[in-house]
Amino acid sequence: MKNKSLVSINDFSKDEQIAILELAASFEKNPTQKILQDYVVATLFFEPSTRTRLSFESAVSRLGGKIIGFSDTSSTSVQKGESLKDTIKTVCCYSDLIVMRHPKEGSARFASEVANVPIINAGDGANQHPTQTLLDMYTIKQTQGRLDNLNIAFVGDLKYGRTVHSLVMALCNFNCTFHLVSPFELKLPSSVKIHIKEKNLDYHQYTTMDEVFPKVDILYMTRIQKERFSDPMEYEKIKNSYILKNDMLANTKDNLKILHPLPRVNEINEDVDENSKAYYFQQALNGVYVRQALITKILGIK
Amino acid sequence: METKEFKVSAIENGTVIDHIPAKSVFQVIRILGLDNFDNQILFGTNLESKKYGTKGIIKVSNKYFKKEEINKIALVAPRATLIVIKDYKVIEKKSVEIPDEVVKIVKCFNPNCITNHERVVTKFTVISKDELKLHCHYCEKNTDKKNMTFV
Repeated sequence: MKNKSLVSINDFSKDEQIAILELAASFEKNPTQKILQDYVVATLFFEPSTRTRLSFESAVSRLGGKIIGFSDTSSTSVQKGESLKDTIKTVCCYSDLIVMRHPKEGSARFASEVANVPIINAGDGANQHPTQTLLDMYTIKQTQGRLDNLNIAFVGDLKYGRTVHSLVMALCNFNCTFHLVSPFELKLPSSVKIHIKEKNLDYHQYTTMDEVFPKVDILYMTRIQKERFSDPMEYEKIKNSYILKNDMLANTKDNLKILHPLPRVNEINEDVDENSKAYYFQQALNGVYVRQALITKILGIK
Repeated sequence: METKEFKVSAIENGTVIDHIPAKSVFQVIRILGLDNFDNQILFGTNLESKKYGTKGIIKVSNKYFKKEEINKIALVAPRATLIVIKDYKVIEKKSVEIPDEVVKIVKCFNPNCITNHERVVTKFTVISKDELKLHCHYCEKNTDKKNMTFV
């Protein structure tokens, strides 16, 4: 994996993904190691982010590496009209690895083609967010002891949620069964479903949550955004039926864990936070270990 | 066949590209880079065609195209015929085939794709030749025939 860019989850094979998850487990045991002292990592955030940027920066800092970059473009030459290509080429001169988030789809792939250092895609518009996928996989493995043969429910906006698309694609390698809960307007696109079909895996579609509760090992919640609806009335009609409340969890499996890529708005009631099945904040913490594993693999240190 | 030979004169040696949809003649010229070509080129458009109503034709002197070159025009002229001429005689006739990869000529239909905002040469994998569906190498969205525009 040395010097390899990660733009799309499929850039890494199943074996490579597993190798990162295994290495992440060793960082979980020992997250502070001075092994990146001689390295500079650039974090270029052309678009705002809390968790992703901070967890990358935390991952590098705990390993003793230096960070350069920006968290918005207002103080950079991007404001003067500099092209993405020129920005990337310049930052390559100053760093060993570039982590970038950009609002345009395909920007990270393009950057990986013009850069002479590896690129990690931290989100390119609605397209891909592969490090979120790796940390989701890590969290599933951590809580269930395995990735294979699980029943996984995805709830909410399955049409535009890039984390859902990448995670579904990755889990297709592990013989999982998918339970897809969404309003009709926000169903999982056929371009993603085709991956499930190619592997002959089972999937079920629902418009309400009740049926999936007793069946699943993982409940992956996502935010439904009002702007996604062409008819605001439709949103008003459905908005309350995708909110998870603590009393709904009574009839669920003991091993169930609730995940959410965060930020959440109101789709998980705060009374769920105290339930031991709520796991989204640990999930966010796992982002640090997974990113440490990815960075050290790509830099060829581990 | 006879009448159009009169409308666009015959060439001694080179390639005739026939059965181009009339509206696509200039696109074909652009895709093949013939607008910057030094050899003699004759072309006609809105000519009568028994098979298709109207058509265009391009005759390029002393030029023989490679398969990959000519397949690029398959997206705009899927029924084009390529006729190799030597000494005013037809040596070979072939039809174009839709290629597996399309570089440079098609615009990605996703308005938020980086190729529509920066100077990036577009690149697609052809995922369906029957319905003509292209998968963008950058934004990973599909552009199908009804959304297809050319650079």
